[in-house]
Amino acid sequence: MPFLHLPAFYESFVYIVFHWIVLATSWNILSGYSGYFSFGHGAFFGAGVYTTAVLAGKYDVPFLWTLPAAAVVAALLGLGLGAVVFRVRHVRGELFALLTLAATFVLATIVLNTPIDGGPGVYLSGVPVPKLAPTASGAFYLMALVLAIGTVGIAYAITRARLGFGLFAIHDDEDAAEVVGVPTYRYKLIAFGVSCALAGVAGGIQALFVSYVTANGTFNITVPLTVVLMSVLGGTRSWGGPAIGATAITILLYATTAAEQAVAGKAAVGAVLVAAILLMPEGILGRVFARRGRGEPPGLEAAGVSVHADTVVATLELPPQGQRRVLLEVRGVAKSFKGVRALDGIDLDVREGEILGVIGPNGSGKSTLINVVSGYLRADAGSARLGDVELLALPAHRIARAGVARTYQIPRPFARLSIRDNVALAAMFGGTAFDARHAAEIALHWLQFTGLAARAAAYPGDLNLHQAKLLELTRGLAARPRLVMLDEVLSGLTPAEIDGAIDLILRIRAQGTTIILVEHVVRVVTALAERIVVLDQGRVLAEGRTDEVMARPDVAAAYLGVPHA
Amino acid sequence: MTFPSGTLLAQSALSGVFIGSMYGLLGMGLGLAWGLLHIINLAHFGFAFLAAYLCYQLASVGGVDPLLTLVMIVPLFFALGVAVQWLLSRFAVSPLNSLLATFGLTAIIEAAIQYFWTADFRKLESAYSGQRLRLGELFLPVPELLTLAVALLLGIGIWAAMRYTNLGRALRALAEDAPMAAAFGVNRRAHALLLAGACGALAGIAGVCLALSFTLTPSQIYAWVGVVFAAVMLGGLGSPLGPLAAGMVVGVSEAVTMAFASPSWAPIVSFSLLIALLLLRPGRT
Repeated sequence: MPFLHLPAFYESFVYIVFHWIVLATSWNILSGYSGYFSFGHGAFFGAGVYTTAVLAGKYDVPFLWTLPAAAVVAALLGLGLGAVVFRVRHVRGELFALLTLAATFVLATIVLNTPIDGGPGVYLSGVPVPKLAPTASGAFYLMALVLAIGTVGIAYAITRARLGFGLFAIHDDEDAAEVVGVPTYRYKLIAFGVSCALAGVAGGIQALFVSYVTANGTFNITVPLTVVLMSVLGGTRSWGGPAIGATAITILLYATTAAEQAVAGKAAVGAVLVAAILLMPEGILGRVFARRGRGEPPGLEAAGVSVHADTVVATLELPPQGQRRVLLEVRGVAKSFKGVRALDGIDLDVREGEILGVIGPNGSGKSTLINVVSGYLRADAGSARLGDVELLALPAHRIARAGVARTYQIPRPFARLSIRDNVALAAMFGGTAFDARHAAEIALHWLQFTGLAARAAAYPGDLNLHQAKLLELTRGLAARPRLVMLDEVLSGLTPAEIDGAIDLILRIRAQGTTIILVEHVVRVVTALAERIVVLDQGRVLAEGRTDEVMARPDVAAAYLGVPHA
Repeated sequence: MTFPSGTLLAQSALSGVFIGSMYGLLGMGLGLAWGLLHIINLAHFGFAFLAAYLCYQLASVGGVDPLLTLVMIVPLFFALGVAVQWLLSRFAVSPLNSLLATFGLTAIIEAAIQYFWTADFRKLESAYSGQRLRLGELFLPVPELLTLAVALLLGIGIWAAMRYTNLGRALRALAEDAPMAAAFGVNRRAHALLLAGACGALAGIAGVCLALSFTLTPSQIYAWVGVVFAAVMLGGLGSPLGPLAAGMVVGVSEAVTMAFASPSWAPIVSFSLLIALLLLRPGRT
């Protein structure tokens, strides 16, 4: 048993350290990982405090039985709030922070005005401390130890699981994460629920520890302020950061806790927060990892992966054009932006295994078409069927799961994930849904395929434009899509880079992936596409075999302008 | 529940308008900095309370007329606003991190206030306190009337300045697309510092109004945060009159809630309005 046989005072101090480790680490599971900063952790902590206080103090429920109840009440509260605010697409970070802060005051109001408290506070002095240890302080120490280990363990496990990768991606670019296949709404809710439940248990234990709870003492700004400070100081990106920050700050607070120093302590905490935000926005651990991570990428052998690039490219025998089945059937798709008809009833078919070129002048609706089919934008009308699946009825992450991947004209990598993790993420959430460990291997495989393997450990900020575009492509491939939509993946590249990319796209198709190629570079389209669709002002102007369509005079006019003769 | 009389209801609504003008006055600087500078300045509340305590000190100990303290408070808090903005822009702080950093700053200000003035309640007794005008059966307390007048004057003045002066146009252009505005020759740094200074001065003025009407204690800084943020979000970021109008809506709703139910239920009101707005008009903010 982990008894240190310390004097009661030290056991209590260690209890307080563990208590803050739990609160900071649990806060970090939603807020640090996904970037949705909650200032309402005090509310969920307080929900736990009052659940235990009421059940044990007023209804004589055995204390240990109140802890699961505290977890459930806090989690339900968080899930309820989350279900409302996360559903609104525009509730981004700052708004979420303030809403959760407001939730603290509202909960305090409810507790004060109802029989839950009613004003005078709740006494738990009659509640027996469970006999887990020879002394009461030992029992608290033990409970907090178990909870702290459990919380840090959960936080660690999440970073190694799909949930963690998904949350990190939400942090970097939520819209892109959704399109890659991350179920952003569900993941935010799960993380919020776990975070609140753990805070609720910590609150339940704390209620008995202080043995007299009041609304003003529970629902105040101190808990969220301290928790945010601890996590930011330690590093919100890592599972261990909040625990380090919590330990440091608790010791700092304890050193200045004597009455005459309480004011100075408050000022010191504020000053540390200001300095930490300005000088180390990544936190202590963020700093450490940033120094280490920018080193040499590990070799593939070190990762235990062997890849034979040439075995990947198995040439696929495709039936002749006319006999191929239709993979994607787009009918009557329309999309307007404030009266501008970006798509005005698009009909087109994409056949299995083909490269369909989509061309058209600027503003003809090419990118909007991709945005609508990938679920990034909602169509106003129409349908897009992939086999039996109606894509336009699905949220973006389900479209990705159905086997549709895309690239962005302006690359949108997840800035704080390594190149390998960027690609692994696509493998995890794409059509095949690999687990996290397997996905890392898949990622290296596809990085090898596109020639980016040497940069696997680098971060997107270190890539040049060509590499960033290749990363977009690699992500699209790792999802193992049935259909990949390439949005001007070659624009801005040098002629030599374009040649390499043409070769790459042909090799992708050779794997059996169907490709929609939106492109400005006519040379690329004619070299790659068997069929092309020409868009003009949101309508299909022409569709057919590349050589025939390119020869049509109206296509030339749309592209080059009408000759004024 | 007893149904309150018409006079009581009217008096409640009136006090709602008064407290709403305080919400609006506090929200004005906050919303302008948020919408135009992308800085969420929690220290705005700290500044307002610091100004309130300075006003209290000068007026009750120094015997200065509370309104005259503005002569000192406005330039001082203009400078403080500039200093904070300089610091935040020097480190290129993101909006969320600006919230955290100014959270820390607020804690420092709270500690400073507690150090100099203790945590005891302080109430400014001046020539204005206790004075009230009578309008039919309704009473209009003078300090609150002053707050309302100041809020309206500032709101309309800033609105006009934003709309009709080149400076206002430049600020709106910067908020819309800073690099583009800079390419057209708008000095981004100078304008940001100027606006942050103005927001600081607004915090100072709000502080003087606070001192005139309210009892002060350091921990009260945070009591205003939720409601004022709700008013700013309801009213729209970067608009001077929006938070004022929204503040009055919130204030009146709270006052009527207090008249019908119990005063301690009032904090629910702003939060419910905020949630309702988010659900009904999600694109607003």
